Amino acid sequence: MHVSREELDNQAIEILKKYEGVKLTPKTRGEIPVQEMPTQAPMVRITNMNEVAEGYTENQVKAEALRCLQCKNEPCIQGCPVGINIPKFIAEAAKGEYSAANSVIKESSLLPSICGRVCPQESQCQKFCTVGKIKKDVNQAVAIGRIERFVADYSRENDCDVQPTIKAETGKKVAIIGSGPASVAAAADLRKEGHSVVMFEALHKAGGVLVYGIPEFRLPKKLVQHEINNLIAMGVELNLNYLVGKTRTIEKLMTTDGFDAVFVGAGAGLPKFMNIPGENLIGVFSANEFLTRSNLMKAYDQKDSLTPLWNCERAAIFGGGNVAMDAARTAKRLGAKEVTVIYRRSEEELPARKEEFEHAKEEGINFLLLHQPHEIIGNDKSHVTSVKVVTCELGEPDASGRRSPVEIPGTEQILAFDTVVVSIGNSSNPLIKQTTEGIETNKRGNFIVNEETLETTLPGVYAGGDIVLGAATVILAMGQGRKAAKAINKYLTK
Amino acid sequence: MNKIVSKEQLSADIYKLVIEAPLIAEAHKPGQFIILQLGGDFNERIPLTIADADEERGTITLIIQAVGESTKAVVALNVGQSIENLLGPLGQPTKLGKFGKVVCVGGGIGVAPMYPIAKALHELGNEVKMILGARNKDLFVMKEEMASVVDELIIVTDDGSEGRKALVTVPLKELCEEWKPDLVVTIGPPIMMKFCALTTLPYGVHTIASLNTIMIDGTGMCGGCRVSIGDETKFVCVDGPEFDAHKVDWNNMLSRLGTYKPQEEENKHKCRMGLNTEDTEAK
Ligand SMILES: Cc1cc2nc3c(=O)[nH]c(=O)nc-3n(C[C@H](O)[C@H](O)[C@H](O)COP(=O)(O)OP(=O)(O)OC[C@H]3O[C@@H](n4cnc5c(N)ncnc54)[C@H](O)[C@@H]3O)c2cc1C
Ligand code: FES
Repeated sequence: MHVSREELDNQAIEILKKYEGVKLTPKTRGEIPVQEMPTQAPMVRITNMNEVAEGYTENQVKAEALRCLQCKNEPCIQGCPVGINIPKFIAEAAKGEYSAANSVIKESSLLPSICGRVCPQESQCQKFCTVGKIKKDVNQAVAIGRIERFVADYSRENDCDVQPTIKAETGKKVAIIGSGPASVAAAADLRKEGHSVVMFEALHKAGGVLVYGIPEFRLPKKLVQHEINNLIAMGVELNLNYLVGKTRTIEKLMTTDGFDAVFVGAGAGLPKFMNIPGENLIGVFSANEFLTRSNLMKAYDQKDSLTPLWNCERAAIFGGGNVAMDAARTAKRLGAKEVTVIYRRSEEELPARKEEFEHAKEEGINFLLLHQPHEIIGNDKSHVTSVKVVTCELGEPDASGRRSPVEIPGTEQILAFDTVVVSIGNSSNPLIKQTTEGIETNKRGNFIVNEETLETTLPGVYAGGDIVLGAATVILAMGQGRKAAKAINKYLTK
Repeated sequence: MNKIVSKEQLSADIYKLVIEAPLIAEAHKPGQFIILQLGGDFNERIPLTIADADEERGTITLIIQAVGESTKAVVALNVGQSIENLLGPLGQPTKLGKFGKVVCVGGGIGVAPMYPIAKALHELGNEVKMILGARNKDLFVMKEEMASVVDELIIVTDDGSEGRKALVTVPLKELCEEWKPDLVVTIGPPIMMKFCALTTLPYGVHTIASLNTIMIDGTGMCGGCRVSIGDETKFVCVDGPEFDAHKVDWNNMLSRLGTYKPQEEENKHKCRMGLNTEDTEAK
């Protein structure tokens, strides 16, 4: 049953009343129920693009913060890819010192309002939380991400965010390629050191996957724009519509334009297809195309946008990650009557964040698990009419440690669909590699870098984020951006 | 940035825009294109081939056929105004070289992107014959410019109002038989390119077509521009736009171009991404 934000707030008020003035022991803290994230009701939210998760109320934050045991050994920190001092920021939040809590996070993370929304906390910090361990359920862990989101939103909305200080100009110039989380982090850290920083982005809006891929209902674009505005206010120069490799090569940037170092955060922007028959039929899209039309080109706003959208009634989404969840939920909001996610393993192996999977189910998305698409079938007009799938069972674990799907012979069936969105992920964009001599990649196309410095095989050129990691996460991209910035700073000041 | 320095109406709905874009002018090679977008939010990204570039003046020339709301908005801009978003040069340049005898076939507005290619081929010492086709004499663009860079210009129109009354494939077939070209390059409406490919196939003349699919980003990120070339899938924006015309799956490409037809008919005010795709020019 969907519980309203008011009701959840009332429950939190009751909890706060109950424990007011009471000396809390680990046992009593453990009795406090995890505070649920208020959301738009499923049947309402599928009719709009507004954010699904509405954010904790202040009472909920206080109640949730009480659940933290402030463990001496701080297990949660080891689960955080950027090592945020989690117990410390939660302690501040518990006191109502939200701006101070935000400052603690900002020592390690630059984008808390974004990471608080999109990080897979259940497999990072919250996985190690003692409360969750005791309850033997990661969903009962302290809701670190939700508190993070609240304190970051609070600081932004109340204009009490940390103001970066910028050191004296060094006269050194750094080019940042791309404007996704890796690039945003690298740009901010390098600018703080006093270097002149110029960011080059191919698209007409900055933010990378955060603007073109992740939908508005999960990450409002105004938050991304806020971070980009912060960079500009710090003095970072932003050049949109600039495809490095085509508009100018890295070599030219370094020799003619006088850049002393380059950071490549070009992301994993090459959509993977399944290479099955029928993939070029009308009505088959990569998730990137489907999502870019809706997000970047604002095609969900049919009234104002000139970019056309495909009318889908029955959509099949291939894949089981966040990209697939985003495509499925977007299709639903764009008016599809039936949306089915087809994934070849079982629910347990589903790589999407738990929250996205749950939200998708609440929104009426069907899941056809343990099925593998074999062929997309079209009519005489080349329009998709159906998909041939085969049933799978789980066999031995593969290299990734997940049990690999094994097709069961004779289980083919043909299911009717008019739309297919291939959402099986992205590999690295090959453009920079193709246009830059000296940059080496592994066989997947990911840039080869020095693990310590993130320097590529071309001196003075560094890389981080998805272009190095393969399609990964926002927090890992941001972490690598910061790591590279540190090394670039050292390189420039030596 | 991206200021319009001149604008000229070439025919009822075809305009020539010269735009200040020094970086693109410097990097550009024949065969490449740009993507432009107005306003940042609600307008389409429109791919357009670069018809000419002047590196010294730092300008590029675009020939735009105003067929839908998006392209109409572009040609409604005046000299002195700017195009907010202009990305390029995109795609692989034409593979230029000394081939010997070359036939260029340009249909409708496809003549514009053919201009820098024909010019470069001619400068490289190839003997270049150009077949220009249009529905009627009022629809030719850049005819004089074209005449000045090729050895022979062959004009055909559907209605016979200028040159021969024929489809471009008629003189193309004759040339294949009598002149025996080493290379054919074709740019224009997809249906015309398809028939050029079918015309040259029996003669085994290597034929290149410049494809104009639906596009969004133009950087290889979305795959919306994909086409079947032989048994491979290629992205026109990064692997193309030019491909071996005999390997292109034309029927698939033509049907993919019609992806948004129903929506367009429903919402008359909207237009398809991309230019040169309108069947009105098809021959
Ligand atoms: C649909 C979707 C949903 C996701 N959901 C989540 C989630 O919930 N949680 C999570 O943690 N992660 C998620 N991810 C993954 C996450 O978004 C990425 O790991 C992260 O954005 C990578 O950051 P990046 O900075 O490396 O690159 P990107 O965000 O990919 O940005 C790269 C930018 O570089 C630009 N660029 C590329 N080449 C050039 C060039 N040559 N010149 C100029 N600019 C160039 C691109 O246009 C792009 O804007 C999701 C990804 C997708 C696609
Ligand atoms: S236009 Fe998106 S990949 Fe070519």
